[in-house]
Amino acid sequence: MDGFLNAIVLLANFALVPGAAYGSQLALGALGVTLIFAVLRFSNFAHGETMSFGAMITIFATWALQSWGVSIAPLPTGLLALPIGIIVTVAVVLASDKFVYAYYREKRSDQVIFLIASIGVMFVMAGLIRFIIGPDDQIFADGARFVFSVRDFRAVTGLEEGLALKTTQLVTLVTAIVCVVALFLFLGKTRTGKSMRAYADNEDLATLSGIDAGRVVRIAWILSATLAVIAGVLYGLDKSYKPFVFQELLLPIFAAAIVGGLGSPVGAIVGGYIIAFAEVLVTYAYKRFLGHLVPPDWMPDGLAQLMGTEYKFAVAFVILVLTLLIRPTGLFNKRAA
Amino acid sequence: MSFLVARDMRGGYGAEDILQGCTVEADRGEIAVIVGPNGAGKSTAMKAIFGMLSLRGGAITLDGADLTRMKPTERVKNGMSFVPQVKNVFPSMSVEENLEMGAFIRRDDYSATMDEVYALFPVLAEKRRQPAGELSGGQRQQVAVGRALMTKPSLLMLDEPTAGVSPIVMDELFDRIIDVAKTGIAILMVEQNAKQALEIATRGYVLQHGKNAHTDTGEALLADPVVRRTFLGG
Amino acid sequence: MSQSVRTPRTPASPMRTVLPFAVFFLLIVAVGLLQSWTVALTILNMCLVSAVMALGVNVQWGYAGLVNFGVMGFTALGGLAVVVIAMPTVDAAWQAGGPGVLFGLFLLLATAAVTIAMRRVVTARLPRMVLTAVFVAAGLWAANTVLGPSTAAVEGVNPALEGYLGGFGAPVLIAWAVGALLAAAAAFVIGKIALGLRADYLAIATLGVSEIIVAVLMNEDWLARGVKNVVGLPRPVPYEVDMRTTAWFADLADRLGMAAVPLSSLIVKLAYAGLFVVVLALILWLAERALASPWGRTMRAVRDNETAAAAMGKDVKRLHLLVFIVGSGIIGLAGAMLTTLDGQFTPSSYQPLRFTFLVWVMVIVGGAGNNWGATVGAFIVWFAWVEAEPVGHFVIDWATYALGDDSPIRQHLLQNAAQMRHVVMGVLLLVVLRFAPRGIIPETDRT
Repeated sequence: MDGFLNAIVLLANFALVPGAAYGSQLALGALGVTLIFAVLRFSNFAHGETMSFGAMITIFATWALQSWGVSIAPLPTGLLALPIGIIVTVAVVLASDKFVYAYYREKRSDQVIFLIASIGVMFVMAGLIRFIIGPDDQIFADGARFVFSVRDFRAVTGLEEGLALKTTQLVTLVTAIVCVVALFLFLGKTRTGKSMRAYADNEDLATLSGIDAGRVVRIAWILSATLAVIAGVLYGLDKSYKPFVFQELLLPIFAAAIVGGLGSPVGAIVGGYIIAFAEVLVTYAYKRFLGHLVPPDWMPDGLAQLMGTEYKFAVAFVILVLTLLIRPTGLFNKRAA
Repeated sequence: MSFLVARDMRGGYGAEDILQGCTVEADRGEIAVIVGPNGAGKSTAMKAIFGMLSLRGGAITLDGADLTRMKPTERVKNGMSFVPQVKNVFPSMSVEENLEMGAFIRRDDYSATMDEVYALFPVLAEKRRQPAGELSGGQRQQVAVGRALMTKPSLLMLDEPTAGVSPIVMDELFDRIIDVAKTGIAILMVEQNAKQALEIATRGYVLQHGKNAHTDTGEALLADPVVRRTFLGG
Repeated sequence: MSQSVRTPRTPASPMRTVLPFAVFFLLIVAVGLLQSWTVALTILNMCLVSAVMALGVNVQWGYAGLVNFGVMGFTALGGLAVVVIAMPTVDAAWQAGGPGVLFGLFLLLATAAVTIAMRRVVTARLPRMVLTAVFVAAGLWAANTVLGPSTAAVEGVNPALEGYLGGFGAPVLIAWAVGALLAAAAAFVIGKIALGLRADYLAIATLGVSEIIVAVLMNEDWLARGVKNVVGLPRPVPYEVDMRTTAWFADLADRLGMAAVPLSSLIVKLAYAGLFVVVLALILWLAERALASPWGRTMRAVRDNETAAAAMGKDVKRLHLLVFIVGSGIIGLAGAMLTTLDGQFTPSSYQPLRFTFLVWVMVIVGGAGNNWGATVGAFIVWFAWVEAEPVGHFVIDWATYALGDDSPIRQHLLQNAAQMRHVVMGVLLLVVLRFAPRGIIPETDRT
């Protein structure tokens, strides 16, 4: 029995808890992508840079707060700085809509044109980020490091294996839950939220019903940018802020949004966790896990790892391709894509 | 003068006018039906009345007020309501939410109107929590009409409401439309199923080449041998 | 691709084609005079390679409306070909694990073949899915069992300098053709799976594939040393040091009155430029021929109205696959040329921004659908990409002059000045897309 418990705790510590945190970050990112797709009907390739940009502004705000001695320990100061990052990023994203996308919306351009325009926006944002904060890593997590550490856990349970919960992981999970609940209340209960869903469902009929398309589009950008900043900051707090890493996150985020069904908020969340757990569980080395469960002479020779960590993108990609081949509309999309 | 008067409408999408001086009228509590062969400009006439295409000539008045230069949303505020032929519901939203979106421009309490709609279409009350996209074709059309009624319009316009539904459902839909007219709303309808539509029509317009070919009560048009031979297939 | 995307085509005047090229060559001359001729030729060579790359994308996007965001992957495959073809064989590594690696790769291919064959035979949905999963899992397990020890053995052979299988020691120019074939083969597989998807799905799928290709190159050390890089790739042109010992060189240096080191460097760069011009001219000629042929007309008909073309009996899927393969092959060729020019293969240098999206900027800015447009777009965009660094430095130096040299802000900004090139590219793309959506040299109507 102890062996079983130890195995579960081990898996939780190295795969399930980090996977849940990563999944939350992906889900928030995918929500931003899916909202823009639902309302503006294009895949926003600048979303990764939006996350990075928001995290960067939040880092500057964090540094400012830290220099003034403001702290909300044990929570990271970054949380306090988050609203500033959101406000600035929302302003930038709304400007990008006004100066770039609005024109093509007016012209009713093909979605590919929007996609190419988003590449232009991506370049501008990537350049600004590299120019302002530089290409180096930044660590801005402060406050308590652990909610409980491996040693605490062992002392309490008396198990051989330990389980740690980092403050950033708990913050990620709680923030993600708060965001998702707030978003669904907004979309499901408020007049504005419903008008947004109506516009996503049937643009012409929404306009006919007196729903202001410009307002819906603005709100979609505001929500998308807010979620992007939160996702970016949580990822940065949890790992560390690398300006370039968000470009790489684009693939798992898109995969999450497509697996769930582009345009479906529920799908984006489920997709985020599917991708995250698949990545973590496929690249986890099960050697020690099996050690608790099977007799020594049954043990496999190697690490018992299905795939090297360096190929975690391949996991996201394979899931993406399988989705596109088997069910291109995704899990939660009733409409034909 | 009639409640709705759309007089001498001229216009179209490109350089060529589809409407070449056609006139349509409707009164409260009445059902006016536009029929005619394909390409006669039936739907175009209705879209022109709703302001979805700009006219080169003619005028549109509702209850004496001139609406000719207004945008569709302004016309909605002035009492018009329009049910498109296709894509006329919000498929992923529940029936109730569809009705709420119909009332989007209203800032007052619209729960009484919603009750009236549910009274007119009892099946919608039953399925109020179900996404509109999951309903049958006939029920979806009822949602579409119900959505359009949420603004408490004085003129309801329907673009081929029975397209693609079975004959039984069509009869049921026409019964509902008669019920709507009885509440004192003027109804203007474009129909492909000319015979059945003229049967319920107080006023019938037969359009041809963007012009009025025949105008009379529905009954009289059905009895007119010329109309029967040329447009109703004998 | 719907028709609304394209504006009606009008014949462009010859000046519209010639002028941008003239401006570009004037810019190169200006760099030669103001900076140095070495810098000018370095830029020119990269412009030529970029032009080949842009032509590849132009064939896919401009001719057929296919969104390939996997340019980086095909470029990297071209680079890999240079290592595999031109580097000397590492005999010890082959003895240690060569057969095992080959057998493992054979198992992977066999798995794919058997799975595909099975899917042709078994038609019921559920058994087919289950069997596919079983076959793939078994094949991967078997290949992994064979590959694991073999690659470890290979990587153990003189890891500081080798630790990989090496290549065939063949002339490097052969690698250019092989690079094209390698990329084309990869495109065949990807195209079979991903073509027919909606534009943005295809974009994401190809972006994903390219990330995986680069991940493989970075981590499979036995193949091309991974992040340890392969340096000292054989060249198709003489080495400067060797050249300086020859009599004709001494004679030329005397006659020109130039120092030996810069002269030899210039000659090498000119030799590369010559090779690249030949390749570029050949590709351009072929691409123009193809565009004017019935095939090219069909292709554009398909792009402008897929439904109508399909109704006319055109096999859209086949045409798309073909154009995807050809375009990717051209990109692979460019990738091989690039790695040859660099003289080293560095997988970690493959970044999507630089190798996928920048090439897209070239095509859009130059004029999608027009080969001359894509070419001049590549020239101008690469020039701007490189020259944005000194210009950006100069501008920031001037703008922050008042802060004084000790200012940390000034120092930080000067240090990151080169990053402004991304902003320049983004703005360039957005401005062209908005105000001249058909590019510098627009697509013309041909009959």
